[in-house]
Amino acid sequence: MAGRNVAMREAIRRALQEEMRRDENVFVMGEEVAYWQGTHRVTRGFLEEFGERRVRDTPISEMAIGGVAVGAAMAGLRPVAEFMTINFAFLALDAIANHAGKVRYFFDGMFKVPLVYRAASGWGNQATASHSHSPEPIFAHFPGVYVGCPSNSMDAYGMLKTSIRDDNPVLFTESIALYPKPGPMPDDEDTDYLIPIGKGDIKREGSDVTLVAYARGVDWALQAARQLAREGVEAEVVDLRWLRPLDMDLVYSSFKKTNRCVIVEESLPMYSFGSEIAALLQEHMFDYMDAPIKRVAAEDVPLPYSKEIELLALPDAQKVADAVKEIV
Amino acid sequence: MASPSKDMLLDWYRQMVLIREFEETCHRLYEEKRITGVYMHLYSGHEASGIGSMAALRPSDHVITAYRDHGIALILGMDPGAVMAEMMGKKTGSSGGKGGSMHLASAEHNFWGGYAIVGGHLPLAAGIALEARYRGSDDVTMTYVGDGATNNGYFHESLNMSSIWDLPVVWIIENNGYGMGTEVNRASGQIELHRKAEAYGIKSFGRVNAQDALEVYAVATQAVDYARKHGPAVVEHVTYRYRGHGVSDKQYDSREDMSAELREWMDCREPIKILRDQILKKHTGVKAVLAAHEEDAKRIVKGAVEFAEASELPTTYQELFQNTYVHSKMVHKTDMSVGAGID
Ligand SMILES: Cc1ncc(C[n+]2csc(CCOP(=O)(O)OP(=O)(O)O)c2C)c(N)n1
Ligand SMILES: [Mg+2]
Repeated sequence: MAGRNVAMREAIRRALQEEMRRDENVFVMGEEVAYWQGTHRVTRGFLEEFGERRVRDTPISEMAIGGVAVGAAMAGLRPVAEFMTINFAFLALDAIANHAGKVRYFFDGMFKVPLVYRAASGWGNQATASHSHSPEPIFAHFPGVYVGCPSNSMDAYGMLKTSIRDDNPVLFTESIALYPKPGPMPDDEDTDYLIPIGKGDIKREGSDVTLVAYARGVDWALQAARQLAREGVEAEVVDLRWLRPLDMDLVYSSFKKTNRCVIVEESLPMYSFGSEIAALLQEHMFDYMDAPIKRVAAEDVPLPYSKEIELLALPDAQKVADAVKEIV
Repeated sequence: MASPSKDMLLDWYRQMVLIREFEETCHRLYEEKRITGVYMHLYSGHEASGIGSMAALRPSDHVITAYRDHGIALILGMDPGAVMAEMMGKKTGSSGGKGGSMHLASAEHNFWGGYAIVGGHLPLAAGIALEARYRGSDDVTMTYVGDGATNNGYFHESLNMSSIWDLPVVWIIENNGYGMGTEVNRASGQIELHRKAEAYGIKSFGRVNAQDALEVYAVATQAVDYARKHGPAVVEHVTYRYRGHGVSDKQYDSREDMSAELREWMDCREPIKILRDQILKKHTGVKAVLAAHEEDAKRIVKGAVEFAEASELPTTYQELFQNTYVHSKMVHKTDMSVGAGID
């Protein structure tokens, strides 16, 4: 069973299914997760296998989805609550930031909150402004919640398993554009393939420039790296995988080698992933810096419906390659 | 009971066949990829709900709805060409191509728009009605809301506030049986949805068979009158969506029970047929008018498609950034300056 390629959607489905088989306390809840088989087909077949007790369709009640998961987790269950898309998790931001992320702290360790929020994220396909967010950094702003954002099938599989088994709340985002993307799965599937929370990964080695990215940004960074290699520039691609905690040691060690950095993200540029990484680099790696740090992100604008201007607003591999050429 | 004139009835028929033709054309264009995108929610099957209720309004009243907004836009008299151009993201679209199917609006028609976050438009509706109450006007805000949205916090907070402040809102709950794939009784503890509003002290006008435009109109006139004089009112419209939740919903292709249910609604409660029969029963010598409306609908929608397809797409950074703020005279690409067009 080694090396088979499966779509990221299927990798996530398997991780969730295996964890539900493994631990009776794990259950899923969310809009259309049961009878409709999941808006993104991640919970396909779950109702048949696990029944209504463990696969719970909710009304369109995000505030309650966010908060019910907290209560159930405090009381001893391990909820995996799905937001159909991350846009709707804004309605639950209070439950996520103030309760999932803080009850342990404000009761000084009396409770734990072992839950996972899953949310499909990302821009594109003319989904229009209110359905076109990639706001992982907003959720990563708050201490108390971990944030995981996989870029491929294998990572998604291992990261989700870890998230479900961890005793802290995790917001787990799934790039809509990556759902159909095939990728290899671990050889030891069905056992304990776990990716530690906060552990990043080098997706490509190179010595000329460090590209720091997560989720879909990793795709753009890898594409740009291939293009740059043809022009004699070797880019190293660091996939942080988790926005909280951040594996900055991995970024620093790469930067010490390359002395140049471009940060790539799907989200908006202000108060962003890019801002955070750039700030930390200049603070801790000043002596190694040979060029300004560049950021490639979406344009600072709500996303329009019309397709050509939508593409103007979005980052892509070419924009990454162009940014690299400005500093090498 | 208010009895609509012959001219009114014929005009409803005109609107109804226009909406149906428009929606079915949108569906076909989407299948042919001449309309792109991921979200488009059609009003086919819902026509009588919008037509009968909006017939009770006067031009100074307000209308707001969710993403299932094409029919509402057409009833209010928005230009089908501009609406179709919006589907295609064209510059000539009613929202300049920025909004698409889910975000039609027309300031000129007091149509405050279609909104894509479930329940998100409900507090806006209360705010629009607050403006009227604040200035002492008796204009009402007719607000369409889906059955699924009644389970969202926005609904409860907005209705309660409309009640304590006596806001002139007519809450029309369009109960089409489903929120996406979830039947009403699996999502709502109270399945008579108008009673949820009643719980906040809002005057309920009960449940209406919303495939019958006449019945819808009769109740809407009372509800509108009540809202003008006193405060919020609610009506529950029982209806059905012919094209599923949205254009990507393929349930009706794969589920026999769903397609049987759909057939039953189309065969026994078809709003166009119901209205047609009512007109023909009451008035003679109108067959030619009905036929002319049917022909006109085809011609108008065909013209709308031609107009939309001949129009240009927005392509520039200027167009991308325009209207992020009121004073966006400048366009800044983020690699030059972070922060969109603030002067
Ligand atoms: C806050 C929020 N949650 C979920 C969604 C996804 N969604 C869009 S429409 C819809 C169903 C709404 O059903 P209903 O209110 O009955 O309106 P209908 O589509 O039947 O007209 C859902 C779940 C959303 N747009 N916004
Ligand atoms: Mg509905």
